[in-house]
Formats: sequence, C-alpha cells, structure tokens
Amino acid sequence: MIALPAPLATYFANQGWSLHSHQTAMLARADQPSTLLIAPTGGGKTLAGFLPTLAELGATPPPGLHTLYISPLKALTADIRRNLRTPIEGAGLTIRVEDRTGDTTYTQRRRQRADPPHILLTTPESLALLLSYEDAPRIFAGLQRVIIDELHALAESKRGDQLMLQLARLDSLAPGLRRIGLSATVEDPPALAAYLGARTQIHLADPGPDPDIAMLITDLAPPWSGGGGKYAIPAILEQVAQHKTTLIFHNTRAQAEIFFHNLWLANSDDLPIGIHHGSLSREQRERVETAMTAGDLRAVVCTGSLDLGLDWGDVDLVIQVGAPKNVKRLVQRIGRANHRYNAPSKALLVPANRFEVVECQAALSAVRDHALDGEPRGPGPRDVLCQHILASACAAPFDADALYAEIATAGPYATLTRSQFDDCLDFVATGGYALRAYDKWQRLMLKAGKWQLRDPRAAALIRQNLGTIIDIETLKVRYRRQMGGTPLGEIEESFAATLTKGDTFLIGGQVVRYEGLNEMNVEVSRSPGRDPKVAVFSGTKFATSTLLTQRILQVFQQPTWPDLPRHTAEWLALQREVSELPQPGRLLIESFPHDGREHLCIYGFAGRNGQQTLGLLVTKVMEERGHAPLGFVATDYATLIWGLDPVLDAAPLLNLDQLRDGLEGWLAGNAVMKRGFRNVALIAGLIERSHQGRRKSGRQATFSSDILYDTLLKYDPNHLMLAITREEALRGMVDFSRIEEMLTRIDGRIDTRRLPRLSPLSAPMFFEPGKIPVQGAGRERLAEDAARALLRDAGLD
Amino acid sequence: MPGLTDMLKFTFGPADVTALASGALYLPAQNLLCVSDLHFGKSERLARRGGTLLPPYETRATLDKLDLDLTRTGARSVICLGDSFDDLAAADSLEEDCRLWLTRLMAGRVWTWVEGNHDPGPLDLGGTHRAEVTCAGLIFRHEGGGAGFEVSGHFHPKASLPGRGAKPCFLIGQSRLILPAYGTYTGGLRAEDPVFDALLGPRARAILTGAKPLLIPRPR
Repeated sequence: MIALPAPLATYFANQGWSLHSHQTAMLARADQPSTLLIAPTGGGKTLAGFLPTLAELGATPPPGLHTLYISPLKALTADIRRNLRTPIEGAGLTIRVEDRTGDTTYTQRRRQRADPPHILLTTPESLALLLSYEDAPRIFAGLQRVIIDELHALAESKRGDQLMLQLARLDSLAPGLRRIGLSATVEDPPALAAYLGARTQIHLADPGPDPDIAMLITDLAPPWSGGGGKYAIPAILEQVAQHKTTLIFHNTRAQAEIFFHNLWLANSDDLPIGIHHGSLSREQRERVETAMTAGDLRAVVCTGSLDLGLDWGDVDLVIQVGAPKNVKRLVQRIGRANHRYNAPSKALLVPANRFEVVECQAALSAVRDHALDGEPRGPGPRDVLCQHILASACAAPFDADALYAEIATAGPYATLTRSQFDDCLDFVATGGYALRAYDKWQRLMLKAGKWQLRDPRAAALIRQNLGTIIDIETLKVRYRRQMGGTPLGEIEESFAATLTKGDTFLIGGQVVRYEGLNEMNVEVSRSPGRDPKVAVFSGTKFATSTLLTQRILQVFQQPTWPDLPRHTAEWLALQREVSELPQPGRLLIESFPHDGREHLCIYGFAGRNGQQTLGLLVTKVMEERGHAPLGFVATDYATLIWGLDPVLDAAPLLNLDQLRDGLEGWLAGNAVMKRGFRNVALIAGLIERSHQGRRKSGRQATFSSDILYDTLLKYDPNHLMLAITREEALRGMVDFSRIEEMLTRIDGRIDTRRLPRLSPLSAPMFFEPGKIPVQGAGRERLAEDAARALLRDAGLD
Repeated sequence: MPGLTDMLKFTFGPADVTALASGALYLPAQNLLCVSDLHFGKSERLARRGGTLLPPYETRATLDKLDLDLTRTGARSVICLGDSFDDLAAADSLEEDCRLWLTRLMAGRVWTWVEGNHDPGPLDLGGTHRAEVTCAGLIFRHEGGGAGFEVSGHFHPKASLPGRGAKPCFLIGQSRLILPAYGTYTGGLRAEDPVFDALLGPRARAILTGAKPLLIPRPR
C-alpha cells in the first residue's frame, strides 16, 4: 500500500483526523486501473478519491499535470479546491491545485494550457474544450489519474456519455491512466462500473446507519388532489422551529414557489426562510447559499437544484413535500441532512394528496428495504458520438479505424457497431443526406487516410458548440424601469408567451404583474394582491419510477392497511367494496357514467408520460371505433377518458399492434418530437448554439429547427437525426416502452368493470389539472364545491 | 381562383391585392404573383463557408410552394422581390433539377428579378433584372423606405398571437406593405421591432401566414 507523505500524515494526526476504512482502501487500490467507490453522503468520498494522488505527488512534486478531477457542478470544483488546499497548505506541500470552468478567465485558461497545475479540477464541458485543442497530447501526456465525482448523477445524462468518450481519449493520450469513480448509493453497482470502464473494480463503503424517516402526520387530512402540501404548512413550521436547519424539497419549481409564498403568509414567528431553485437568478441563489453556509437561515425551500453538491454542514432535517417519484432521489435528498458519517439522517415525507399517502408509504418501505430504482441504461446516444467525432477532428486529423477502436472502449459505447459509427462519421463529414449535395463542401475530408476539417477555421465555431447541456429557452424577469438592476429570475419562454398584460404570477416568492416584453426581458411590476392568477412555469415533471409503482400495487394487495392513516385506509377499503383495487399482472379498467358523460379509467401504472401517450393512442382508437371520446387526463397511474358513449369492453382498445400503428402516425407531427429534434440537432452539430461569440436566441433556434425537422421529414425521412430523435422520444417523453412493458406484463388479462357511478380511486382524477397546475381563489372555491359534490356521490364524505 | 379560406383580400393604395397564406402576394387585376426573400441555395452557401451541413432540400421545398401558388392562381407575371438567391454564387451552383424546375415555372410568364442585398447583380437565368418595378400604381423594391405606395421585403417580419409560436407575416402600413420571407430556411424579425415604427406609421396591421391568413393589429 502506498503511504501518505510524512508531512501530510503528521498534519492529519495533529488535526485529530483518522481515515475511514474506505479511504485507506483507496490507497491500497491505488494501482488498479479503474475503481468505483460507492459511499454515502458525508463519508469523505472526495478526499478518499484524492488520497492516492496526494500520496503519489509527495511533498515536492515535479511540474506537470498529474490528476484531473471532474465534477458535474462548477460550484463543486471551487468548493473542492478550497477543501483540498486546507490540508495541502496545512502540511506545507508544494502541490498546485486549480480549477477550470466556464467562469475561469481567458488569461488563466491560457496559462493553464501552457503550464498546467498538478491537480486540475474541471467539468465535462471544459474538458471537452481542452481535448479539442491541438496541444491536448502535450497537456495530458503525463497524466496519471482521473477522478470522476458524483458519477451516478453524470451517468443519468448525456454529459456522462460524453465524459466516457473523453476518458477513452485520455487513455490514448496517457497510457496507464488510472480512474476513480465516486458515487452515492446506486441500484446496480456492476452496471455503473461497466459504464466507467471494462476493468473497473467496485469498493463498497459501509453505508452507515439507516435514516430516521417517517411520514409527517398532520391534524388535517391531505386534500383529495393537487400538489404543494399547503395543508401541512402549520405542521412544517413547527418542525422548522424544532430543528436547527431544515431543507424543504419540492418536485417542481412551481410548487416550491407557491409553497414558499404560502409559508411566508403563515410564518408568524418570522423564522428566516429562503428559497433556492434553478429559475432564480444566480445572484439570488448565491445570496441564499451564503446565508445558508453562515447558518443565518432556519429553512430553505428548494428543488433538485440542491440535490447535489455543497456541504450544508448544519442541516438536521430534510422534508420532502409531495410524493418522491423516485426512491434513489429520495435517499440522496435524505442524505443532505446530517452530513456526518455514522449519524442517521432525519427526514419527513409530506404527501400532498390522498393518493400520495399510499405513494409515501410505498417509498418508506422501499427505503427500509434498501430497494433502489433506476431504469436500465440504453446504449450511448449517437448525437453525443457525432459531437465527439467533430471535436476529435478539431484536435487533429484522425484515422477512422483507430477512432472506432478507441470509442468502443468507452462503457456506454461498448456495443456500438462499426456501421453505426460509420453512419455518424458520414453525418459529420457529408451531412449524411440521401441527396448527396455536399461533395464540394464536406465538413470533414479524407486526406492521406485521415479525416480532417475541410476548413480549419471552422474549429473555433465547433468549439463554441461543444457540450451536451441544452439550456431551456428562458427570459429574464425584471421590474419595469429597473432594467439595469438585478433580475428577479427567469421564466420559460413558452410560459411567457401565454401571459397577457395584467396577469399575475409568482417568482422568488413574490406576486408580480406582467407588463410586457422588452427585448429579451419580461417586465413586471409589484402586485399588491396575495393570490397569483396563474402559476409559474411548468418546471420538471418527474414520472414515478417503475419500482415505486410496483410497490404501490403491492400496498393495494394488503388485506388491511394498519400502517396508513385511517382516512386513507378507509378510502382504499371502499374502493375494494364498490369496485376493486388494481393488481399486478392484470389491468383494471373502470367504465362509468358521471355528470352526463361516459368515463373510462385505465389504471396502467405506466408513469405520467406513458399514461399520457396511452391516452392519446387509446382516444385515437376510440375515435376510429365511433366511441366519441371528448378528452382525457393522465397521472402516473391512470388515464381518465371522457366521451359520449359507454365502453363496456375496453380490451379491444388496448391491442398493442394497433396502438403501435397509431404511434407511427402520431409521433411524426408531435411537438415533443420537434423539441427532441432540436436537442439532438444541437448536440450532433447540425445547428449551432452560438455564432461569432454571440449566443443565438432560443426562439430563433427553435424556429429554424422546427423547419429543419419538417423539411427532413418530408424529403429525407430516414435521416440519422430523425432516427436518433425517434429513439429518444420512445424512451423519454413519449415513453412508449413502458406501455409496451405494461401490455406485455398483463398479457391480455384486462378487467373492464362497469360501475353505476365513479369509483373512490378514480375520484381524484377529476381534479387533475390539465395545463395550468394552480388557479386563483375563485377557481379554487369552485373546485372545492365540485369536489364536495363528487365525494358525496362516491359516498366518501 | 380556388381556396377561399387561405387567402385574404384587401385594398392597398390604388390596388386590390390578396395575401396568400403561403406568404405570397397576388394582384388579381394584373394576374401577378409577388414573392420575396426566397433565399435559394442557403444551405449550400452555409456549407461553402465551413458552417453546418443543413438538409439540402430548402430550394426544392420553396419551389414546391411556388409551383403550387402559380398553379392555383394561374398568375402570368411574377415579381421576385430580392434576395431570391442567398448569394450570386448560390444562383450559379443551383442543382440541375432545381434549375430545370425553375426554368419550367418561368416559361411563358413575365418574370422579374428585383435585386436584393444578397443578390445585387444580374442572374444567368433569364427573366428581367431590375432595381425596382412600378406596376398597378405600386412600387416594388427590395428594401422599403422610399416614396409612393410601396411593396417590399427584406426584413422577414414575423409575429405571433399570445400563447402561440411566431409566424412569418405581412405588415401593412399607410403607404408601405412589407412581405414575409417566402423561402423555407428563413428566420425573422419580430413585428414589434422599432425599425417598423418609422416604416409603417401608426395603426399598422399584420397578416399572419400559416394554414389560414389572420389579420391582426401590428403587435407593439
């Protein structure tokens, strides 16, 4: 085992620090080509990753880049730099540590290329840029180690796929390079290890004690539908008052905003509480982060923007409002509380409505059983590969055989066939069109057996377009006549387009009035009203994971529900009495008249996107069969369709082949496809993000990519870009794969129950919002009246 | 003339004109079709300059549209209002089948190329080449801003209804009519842009293109 340099060992001893067993293990495994360390939050993972580097560098290392550290967050690189410098400077080691991100100055970046530090901390995007320079072979020739932090998070997006391609390149530039991947607990460690590289060995750290996690019981029962958890605010404020610092997680930005607003109205003790999410301006987020670190805040209302990253030392309670749609994310969020190893984290779940009580129960049992969800990864996406090929050409002319061999060593691309690679190369070089129009103006030319840029000046523009993060088109929100001032935040352009003058909405916890659009700014004024007319921007809508939906089905099978609050247990019992509860392996469909319309409720448990697609496809079949459907609404569990005629046997509507035929026609013209196409086209380099240093406005990019999509569909329907778009839509937004999985699983076991009236389980579906998740007070009252009437009809009051 | 819902008739100065939902302007009395900013050869020009390789189909997509408009209106005269080609080299390197297609459309018609900033010189394609044209009491030029009742292009105006995506549009002022870009690969300038204030004056209107032309006040 390699030893720490004496001054560092002494420094650790003087500080009273002793290494955890997984930290020493990393020193013992220092010579392994690739190691994946899986350890819980607060376990000193990052230091564990750096120990072999510090040991190898010793007290007075020679110049040259030794270790590359890659993190998904810019903020994390700065944080790690500070954390690393403390022991390095404390022990008097002459090791240079620097970070390099999009925020690093031009001079600093130039200097780093000429004279790299011993340890460089960076992001996948900055690394892509470094590798695209002609001098990449010189910079990385002596590289010994690479550390990838939060690998589980990177592996969930295309950023990870891009990074794995870059690691394959680094392996070629610096043979013998050793990798360490750091990850929080994941459902399938061997799969993540294979992703990191074929020869990866796994080290599992002690997961620590089980979290102290429960459902927050309130005096008031949760409402029948809706989100946000407003009913629980008094109980949540009580918890905040009893703890040092609380993180209150929400699933969407819109819900976080509304909750924060209501929390302030109820915060009679004036507890200092902040809000943090991705739509707020950077200044505003930094202000909250600083106050948080200084211990000035008692609670922060937040979203996924705080899932990863900075160490909030004093957090002693995590509250999750709304059912966690995914157990892995829940476990990560729980880990944000009590960042001390070997101390249990404390967390409370707050179901936002009656159905979510069951969901929360299912999630609690999953956490207790250490069951984690995660969908199996598909093969590495080919738009990322196209970008990688283009970036490779920027660095130097390449040999196609050698590049293919190198790419096939990257975990996500291990199964890439040569013909798939050739298609991507052809796309990058010639556009890959059926009409071979670009013989004269190919992007890449084959010269003396090597592919190179036809016009080397194109490299600068290609570099500006590297990366796989696609910004959502947003507009800054500012107070009118304060154009120079700090923006309040950003809203999605699609949301801004729905506003008319006088509309009020929430941002940063304040109600503002829309005044108009000025250039790329949304101008607003202060609004005295308390209730916003419309909700904020849509935010991310997560679909519930397959694991959780399966567990919910299991909860349904219990003969009684002693673990559930009484109101929820009685609701389920009533459903069993008047209809039945959905079972695994069968598909329940209820058919009933209500309020002058016929209804069909399909309990497919295929996730929100899947159920939505199912709604579109089934109504299409119904239309063809003359059932006169009028509309539908989808949740993670069910699709409710209403129309004029009753459906007494729904089985013929759910023929897989028929649905698949419908999908072909529907997909092509779908807005989801156009959005997906834009992302694929941006990543693959078909369209550009920036031109001459100026970022193209989102609207223009959307505009032209829609036209490109329509043109390709009409004149070249088999083009590579359309094939990739289709593949991604089926897995993601359209999620047809889960419909296929569901229909295969039930294998024709479809039960249509004809009921005289709506069932208890279907009742909440009637309040599901369509497009706008929250409405003003008047609308709320109407909904409440309607709710009472519905519940009376269902015998639930 | 077939199809009544996808066109909109109005009076502009001394002339009765019809806006087609495709973005073309038709003058029934003269049996004349006017289209602006075709930008033929745009993908080829971008590729030549070392940019991305866009789907090379925009010239035939634009010709498809033009062919259809000529057939259904039966127009015998055509004015292309400038920027017909993305640059002069694009005119020379037009694909052979597109060149033949264009020649077929021009045959038997009085065809005028008005010059634009992208194509400021004579073309090797037949037809007449002009800086501007006077017809039916209207002046047709590429970039508006002159005297008289003027029909122009150049700006690629676009506008949207609240909550909808932006579409290329006609802009109608007191003495100026600005046409949308007719070419397939063309972006646009929003109708709200101050540059249109001086050109159009107050109380200007817009006609959105799309499945059906929609007359709205010019968005401000």
